[in-house]
Amino acid sequence: MAEILLEHVGKTYPGGTQAVSDVSLSVADGEFIVLVGPSGCGKSTLLRMVAGLEDISAGTVTIGGRVVNRLEPAERDIAMVFQNYALYPHMTVRENMSWGLKNRRIPKDEIAARVEEAARMLELHPYLDRKPRALSGGQRQRVAMGRAIVRQPAAFLFDEPLSNLDAKLRVTMRGEILKLQKRLGTTALYVTHDQLEAMTLADRLVVLNGGQIEQVGRPLEVYHRPASTFVAAFIGAPAMNLLDARIEAGHLRLAGVDLGRVEGEARAVTLGIRAEDLQLLQSGGLPFRIDVIEELGAGRVVHGFVEDQPLCVSLPSGAELPAQLHLGVAPEALHLFDAITGKRLPQSVHRSAKVRA
Amino acid sequence: MTASPVVPSPFLRLRQWWTRPSAHPAKVAQFDRPLAPWLFVAPQLLIVAIFFYWPSVQAVTSSFYLEDPFGFGAAFVGLDNYREALSSTEYRNIAGFTALFAATVTALSLGLGLLLAVKADAVMRGAGAYKTALISVYAIAPPVVGLIGMMMFDMHIGPFTKAAALFGWEMRVGIDYRDTAVALITVAVWKQIPYNFIFFLSGLQAVPSSVREAALIDARSGWRRFRDVTLPLLAPTGFFLLVINITYALFDTFGIIDVMVKDKPANNPITLVYKVYLDGFKGNDIGGSSAQSVILMVVVAALTVAQFRLIERRVHYG
Repeated sequence: MAEILLEHVGKTYPGGTQAVSDVSLSVADGEFIVLVGPSGCGKSTLLRMVAGLEDISAGTVTIGGRVVNRLEPAERDIAMVFQNYALYPHMTVRENMSWGLKNRRIPKDEIAARVEEAARMLELHPYLDRKPRALSGGQRQRVAMGRAIVRQPAAFLFDEPLSNLDAKLRVTMRGEILKLQKRLGTTALYVTHDQLEAMTLADRLVVLNGGQIEQVGRPLEVYHRPASTFVAAFIGAPAMNLLDARIEAGHLRLAGVDLGRVEGEARAVTLGIRAEDLQLLQSGGLPFRIDVIEELGAGRVVHGFVEDQPLCVSLPSGAELPAQLHLGVAPEALHLFDAITGKRLPQSVHRSAKVRA
Repeated sequence: MTASPVVPSPFLRLRQWWTRPSAHPAKVAQFDRPLAPWLFVAPQLLIVAIFFYWPSVQAVTSSFYLEDPFGFGAAFVGLDNYREALSSTEYRNIAGFTALFAATVTALSLGLGLLLAVKADAVMRGAGAYKTALISVYAIAPPVVGLIGMMMFDMHIGPFTKAAALFGWEMRVGIDYRDTAVALITVAVWKQIPYNFIFFLSGLQAVPSSVREAALIDARSGWRRFRDVTLPLLAPTGFFLLVINITYALFDTFGIIDVMVKDKPANNPITLVYKVYLDGFKGNDIGGSSAQSVILMVVVAALTVAQFRLIERRVHYG
């Protein structure tokens, strides 16, 4: 149990590629932090620097009050779960879990007790004397978790641990990981590219882009107040609609339609609207031309255009839709971003006196 | 889903192929005429028959005869040739040296090959140059290796002899039995290291990096990581090389021994294969030489079976 502190951490590869730059983050004891971002955003590199599998080029990493920059991975008091499990193929499940403990000169009966406990928690008893080869993907992943648990480390590091599992198993294992982490109260750093996994697991999300932190916050906070167009587009499915709009004379206008009152000078802005915040209107509102409809069973996602700008709308399933729809949106559900930097603008949109929505 | 790490083993494939042929229903070719498949394998069969079966049968047959050195006639003598070989002190001494030679050469070339592979595997910069330098020795033909060895251990100009002299060891390769043995073993090991190096290196590179990283987190000591994780994963490669190296030490060192010992005075160490050659082609004792080669064949066959039975059981194939 420990907090993890990253201070101005950076990673430069030989040849000058900057994988991570100036990342500062403070993880509280027992917190579940998810590092999320597209591939190549530096999230795995960051995790591997905490683990000690990559050298730290700049800044310091502190685990439990100890600067670990120069410590070997085995000395950092962390346990890691890898994407492809990384089990020792020639050892039985029991040996896989106990080997790391043996190397730490933990007494035999203590090792046996910890393995027993982990096996009970993860329901691995029937497999203790099998080799990894004889296990399914989900079972292997459980063994990998068991190997991490028995170590009783200061922190768990997860590197996309569910990516190799099929969709159904992924949901089950996600729940198990979360339950386990809450029960053990161990600090966890979890890397994933899957925003759904990130939303459901995290106490706090860290969205990374191009080796830098875009936003840190609780999942719903990030969802409801994305700090940039990048976060807006990355978190949430379907992705948030980003449209070119204008502030004109104190009003926000999209496709000639007044969407509400807003402060500020006349300028171009990027307008973010979540697909589920749009509603069907009988008339007026935004004119919407349907292109493709994705039927999801519980609902449908309708893709189309407002003028020439693509937009998608989440609607309940139901009757056939006409080719032309009228859409309305509550002003408080609108997100404004700088058209050039993509950063969130401080203004919020208010209902116009004569708004037609 | 990723497959569990597999360290390539030629034996495994062989074994799977012959123990479970039905498990992998391979392509089955259909021939219209029953003769066609035989025609396809005929060239291979012919080569095997001419260069392996026929000489083997000849060797076994002639081992029961005492042949006139000039080829004028042969008399059936039953097991006399075997009896004579096995009861001769000289033969036993040579067999003893052969065993020692094979064990030492195998152990040293496997050990050094593995050491170099582990070190080369850890090299990041200029890895290609190291590997090429280490592998290139493999391309040298055995007699040339023998020649180089002779120069290295030459009593007048050999750098090894001079180096030994610094420690007060007067090496007299070709004259002194022990000194010659040391030289033979050194040269034979030197020749075989690249072969083992290539296989161990590819075996090491087949160990998934995440498994190594997991080990890095689980164990602080590099030796423990090597002993408990890397080495067991290399075992299939090691077992394959063990069989190959013993065969090498017994048979393929002929060229080296021939060059280094031939025309030398005194009592120099030789291996059984070289004795077969000496007795048969220099001594013209075809019968005795044949009997020796049959004995050698039986010993090697027994050794290989024993290896498969005893050692392979403990080898973990990925």
